[in-house]
Amino acid sequence: MAIDNMTVKQIAFLSRLKVEDEKVEATKEEFNKILNWIEELNEVNTDEIEPLISVNDTVLKMREDTVTSGNCKDEVLKNAPAAEYDYFAVPKVVE
Amino acid sequence: MSEYIITTNKGKWEVIVGLEIHCQIISKSKIFSSASTEFGDDPNVNVSFVDAGMPGMLPTLNKECVRQAVKTGLGLNAKINKYSEFSRKNYFYADMPTDYQITQFRYPIVGEGEISVDLSDGTTKKIGIERMHIEQDAGKSIHDLNPTKSYIDLNRAGVGLMEIVTKPDFRSPEEAGAFLRKLRSIVRYLGTCDGNMDEGSMRCDVNVSVRPFGSNELRPRSEMKNVNSVKFVMQAIENEAKRHVEIYENGGKIEQETRQFDPTTGQSKLMRKKEFAHDYRYFPEPDLPPLVLSDEYIDSIKAEMIELPDAKKQRFINTMGLTPYDAAVLCENKEHAEFFEKAAAGHDAKKVANWMMSDFFAMLNKKRLDISQSPVSAENLGKLVELISKEVISGKIAKDVFEIMAQTGEDPEKIVEEKGLKQVTDTGAIEKIIDDVIASNPDNVTAYKNGKTNLAGWFVGQVIKMSQGKANPAIVNKLVREKLDK
Repeated sequence: MAIDNMTVKQIAFLSRLKVEDEKVEATKEEFNKILNWIEELNEVNTDEIEPLISVNDTVLKMREDTVTSGNCKDEVLKNAPAAEYDYFAVPKVVE
Repeated sequence: MSEYIITTNKGKWEVIVGLEIHCQIISKSKIFSSASTEFGDDPNVNVSFVDAGMPGMLPTLNKECVRQAVKTGLGLNAKINKYSEFSRKNYFYADMPTDYQITQFRYPIVGEGEISVDLSDGTTKKIGIERMHIEQDAGKSIHDLNPTKSYIDLNRAGVGLMEIVTKPDFRSPEEAGAFLRKLRSIVRYLGTCDGNMDEGSMRCDVNVSVRPFGSNELRPRSEMKNVNSVKFVMQAIENEAKRHVEIYENGGKIEQETRQFDPTTGQSKLMRKKEFAHDYRYFPEPDLPPLVLSDEYIDSIKAEMIELPDAKKQRFINTMGLTPYDAAVLCENKEHAEFFEKAAAGHDAKKVANWMMSDFFAMLNKKRLDISQSPVSAENLGKLVELISKEVISGKIAKDVFEIMAQTGEDPEKIVEEKGLKQVTDTGAIEKIIDDVIASNPDNVTAYKNGKTNLAGWFVGQVIKMSQGKANPAIVNKLVREKLDK
């Protein structure tokens, strides 16, 4: 699988990372190097083998349904770049 | 089965619809945090650091959300998966602080199921459930408070959702509407979701495609997001299917796309095409190990399951003699069904059903009351029907008694007693009234004798009117004819 410049730009967009035009070529090569290395794994037959989710052999513990947090809007809003009327205020997003 | 075919002068088209429904889970706290799920509080009050996506905060799964999901799965007659996994669905949007939604992807908690829906022509149809998974809701964006900014309230962020995906089994708007009503009825019976589409606690995405009638090809579909009432879902299907047909018949093509339904026009407009579709890059949620449920756990929830609308309906038909239609109407709402059972206990169930579905519901509608606020209690409605059955009062007087009950909440027996409304069955008294009516209307008597026999009904009406509605109509009917034919 070879990555082209378009794919680099697409992945950068999806990740919200800014990749300068002059760096696209170098990033593409880096990507391909990594992918080629990973592709060595294709030599192993993994048919009918489930992906490993976690190396910890543990199952999920559950929490009781009680309200023990919240009511801390000042702390929650403290890190917001902008807050108005107790809302987070962000540049207009209408899809 | 009722067929819904779009017929034009160029051909016949069949409509294929699948639904995805998000149901907010009823629980005190959120699915992965211990903040409150309360609706309508001040902005950002019910937000924990987990919901706000603060670095280092870890999700912990709410037991109750899992229980509610299993219950709902059982209510959908679906397979409960003992093994399920959480995944991250990655996308950027201002109302989702973590930039990913914790959801289930490859292994949902609930697998295939099936529910049957009742259609207007009296038939039922089975609709397949593809799967149901649990996930977290996003926050709310408010776009109209500031011209250049959007405001974000995270109170809803992290509230548990059940996403139910149906198979593409619907062939008409009616079937989709009937399914939504049935689903809403099931989750309300179970108390797992309040089912209020207008408040957004139940939201529906609609997938529509069409194909030439008789073929079994699958053509590209369009998806309409967040259609928020049963009526709008039906309208969206109807209009979208027509739009597809028009495009095909004009030689055009449909591409897979996401559209926005506009309730004010009933039409939809393009949101995004497939080439701009999100690439969600799902991967297993590293903060949550797989969810494993035991047989004992699932059995314990099975043991708690209450009677659901279909079973209740069947019982009303089999043991109480209701028609399938009446039973379905009464069973759609659990409170209505319970009220009916209470009212019908020991009385004529069919008559009680008729009263509930006509005068009783009309009264609630008029007074804008919920059944729990009804001035007429179930016991009193039962008593009223009993008074009619025992011919203590006539059906006509019963309507007047019901009016008084609706105003005062009084016992019908007491009303009948105090107002002297008991039916007159004493033939002597009735005969006297008949004689009076005959004596004062000689013209009509002559006309009757000359062949206008349908005037008998007029005489009956006059007699009942003279008795102030208290004369027993059956007796009046009999005596009037006897006397006129003499």
